[in-house]
Amino acid sequence: MEKFKKIESNAIPLPMVNVDTDMIIPKQFLKTIKRTGLGKNLFYELRYDEKDAPIDSFVLNQDKYKDSQILITGKNFGCGSSREHAPWSILDYGIKCIIASSFADIFYNNCFKNGILPIKLDESEVTKLQKAAENSLSFTIDLENQKISYFDKNINHEVSFELDKAKKTSLLEGLDDIGLTLAKVNHISDFENKQKSTTPWLYSQQIK
Amino acid sequence: MSTPKTLYDKIWNDHLVSENEDGTSIIYIDRHLVHEVTSPQAFEGLKIANRSVRKPNFTLATADHNIPTTNRDEGISDPESKLQVDTLEENCKEHGITFLSMSDKRQGIVHIIGPEQGFTQPGMTIVCGDSHTSTHGAFGALAWGIGTSEVEHVLATQTLVQTKAKNMQINIQGELPLGVTAKDIVLKIIQTIGTAGGTGYVIEYTGDAIKSLTMEGRMTVCNMSIEAGARAGLISPDEKTIEYLKGRPFSPAENEYQSASDYWLSLATDEGAAYDKTVNIDASDIIPQVTWGTSPEDVVSIDGLVPNPEDESDETKKKSMIRALEYMGLVPNTPLKEVKVDKVFIGSCTNGRIEDLRAASKIAKDRKVADHVNAIIVPGSGLVKQQAEEEGLDKIFIESGFEWREPGCSMCLAMNADKLKPQERCASTSNRNFEGRQGRGGRTHLMSPAMAAAAAINGKLSDCREI
Repeated sequence: MEKFKKIESNAIPLPMVNVDTDMIIPKQFLKTIKRTGLGKNLFYELRYDEKDAPIDSFVLNQDKYKDSQILITGKNFGCGSSREHAPWSILDYGIKCIIASSFADIFYNNCFKNGILPIKLDESEVTKLQKAAENSLSFTIDLENQKISYFDKNINHEVSFELDKAKKTSLLEGLDDIGLTLAKVNHISDFENKQKSTTPWLYSQQIK
Repeated sequence: MSTPKTLYDKIWNDHLVSENEDGTSIIYIDRHLVHEVTSPQAFEGLKIANRSVRKPNFTLATADHNIPTTNRDEGISDPESKLQVDTLEENCKEHGITFLSMSDKRQGIVHIIGPEQGFTQPGMTIVCGDSHTSTHGAFGALAWGIGTSEVEHVLATQTLVQTKAKNMQINIQGELPLGVTAKDIVLKIIQTIGTAGGTGYVIEYTGDAIKSLTMEGRMTVCNMSIEAGARAGLISPDEKTIEYLKGRPFSPAENEYQSASDYWLSLATDEGAAYDKTVNIDASDIIPQVTWGTSPEDVVSIDGLVPNPEDESDETKKKSMIRALEYMGLVPNTPLKEVKVDKVFIGSCTNGRIEDLRAASKIAKDRKVADHVNAIIVPGSGLVKQQAEEEGLDKIFIESGFEWREPGCSMCLAMNADKLKPQERCASTSNRNFEGRQGRGGRTHLMSPAMAAAAAINGKLSDCREI
C-alpha cells in the first residue's frame, strides 16, 4: 500500500445521507476479478443517465471537481454491503480522503486497507466544510498532525480530527497488515494448539 | 469471582491470539466462507506475495451471487460472471479448498449452506466477504462480514486484526401475535434504532419472542443486523440450537457432541453482565411490516399510510424522504394496501429457507397469482429446494402461478439476469431496498415471505393475516 501523504485539493460536496455501497458502485461492476478500473463507474447511477451519458448536474461531472481528492458527504456513508469495490472505485477515481459525520463499519475499515483516509467530524463541522467545498476552496489534509485547513476570504480555518493511532500509523507507513500478522505466526500456532485441547471438535471434523 | 460477561465477551476472549501494542487484537477465525464476487482479488494478492492458505480445511467456498437461476444445464452465459465463477473454482483447486459448484446439490447462498451443513456452530468466529455473514449469529457464533483485503488476511493467517466492539442488547419481550414473523421483528428493530443505530456494536437479541423463534427465524433476525448498522448479531445457543445441529455433515461427531453442547450452553451471557446499551421492544405491539422508501429504516405497519415529508421537522431527513418518495413513485398518505406491485421475489439469505417457503406456500395454496404480477421463488440452497419438492411446495407454487427457480442470491442484488426494470415495483423478502438494488430504477418493498406471497395473490401490498 502507498504511504498516505499530505493532500492539497478542492473537495467534492455530496450532501446526501446514507449513501450506500450500491450507490457507490452498482452490482454490474462487481463481476471484475481486478481491483483497478472501477473509477469511471463510481456513483454510476447518479452520474450517468440510462443511455450512459453524463448527467451534467451531478457534482462529479462538473469540471471544477475533476481532480478533487477529497469527498465531503453525509452521515452513515458506505452503508450496505462489504464489497471492497466501493473503496476501490473511490480510490481509482482519485479520491483519497472522505469526510462525513459517520461511516458504516465495514466500509470505514475497508478504507484503511486501501490507503483512503475517512475522517469523522461533528455534523455542524461537516456542514461548514460542505459550504467551503461548494465554493471550491482548496483544502489541506494533514494526517500527521490530524488537521484539515482551508483559506476562506483570507482567513485560515483549521479543524482537528480524531483517529485511532493504529489506523493512523498504518496509513502513514503504508503497512502490509498480513506481513505484520505473519510476524506473529508463533502466537497463532500456540493458539491453535491450545484450542485443539479446549474445543477439539473444531479440529476433528474435516471438510470434504 | 470474575466479572460477569456477555456472550460476545466470551467468544471474543476465547479467540484472542494476542494483543498488539496499539490496542488492536489478533482474533482467531474458526471458519471462513468464500464466494466468487469478493474473493478473486484476495487470491491474486496471495499469489503476488507468494503466500499460501493457512487452513484450507477451515474454509468452504461456493458460487451464489453471480449464477443463473434458470437453465443451469447451459452453464453461465454472461462471460464476466463465468470468468468470476471459474476463477473461484481454480483458486479453490489450487489451494485445496472445498468448492460446492453449481451442479452440487449442496450449493446455495453461503449463509444458507453454512448452517445447513453444520459448518456454522455456536461459539465459533466465522467470517465471509459478505455483509450478511451476521446471519450465523443465530447460532451464537460471532460472525461478521469483511472486505476483500480481510478475506486475503484470513486466507493467509486464519486471523483478523480487530478492535473490540461495544455490547448492545435488543430485548424483544412478550409474545408475537399470530401472522407476525421474524422478518417483522427485525424490520421493527431497524425502524426503531435506524440504519446506523448499531454502528460500533455487536447486538445480542434476547427476550421471550426471540427464544420462541425457530433457528430459521433467528437467522432472519441476525441476518439483518447489518441493516441496523451492526457488523454482528448474536442469539444465545440453547436446546433448539443443539437439536438443529445434531447429525449435520460438519457438526461435531457423536462422541464429542455432549462436550461441544456443554461448551455452547456455557457461552450464555452471565447474570448481571453489563451491556453498553439496551433497547426494549414489546413483541405484542408488532404487526406485519413493510418498507416504503429506499433505506431499510423506512418501515411502516401494513395498515399504515405512506408517510408525509411535511410531518418531518429535520430538514435533511425531509429532503431524503422527498427523494425516496419520488424514486419509489409514491404519494404521501396513500394507504400501503393500495400500492400495486409488478413483481414478487421470495428468496435470499434473509428468507430463502424451508420455513420461509412453507409460510409462503400456505398463502399460495389454492390461490392464483394476480394476472399482472410476475412472481418468482428462489430457494436458498439445493437442499432447501429438494426438501421443498419432497413436501410438494413446488407444485403449490407452480399451480398458483409462481416460477420455481434454482438456488442463488438472484434478485436480492440482481447481479444475474433476475432484475427489475425501471419503475417496476417489487414485493421482496430480501434485505435491502436501496435505489437500484434490484435493478436500475426498480422499486423494492421489503417484507416477510407470507406478506410477499399475499402481495402476489392480491397484486398489491396486503396484510397476510387477512387472506
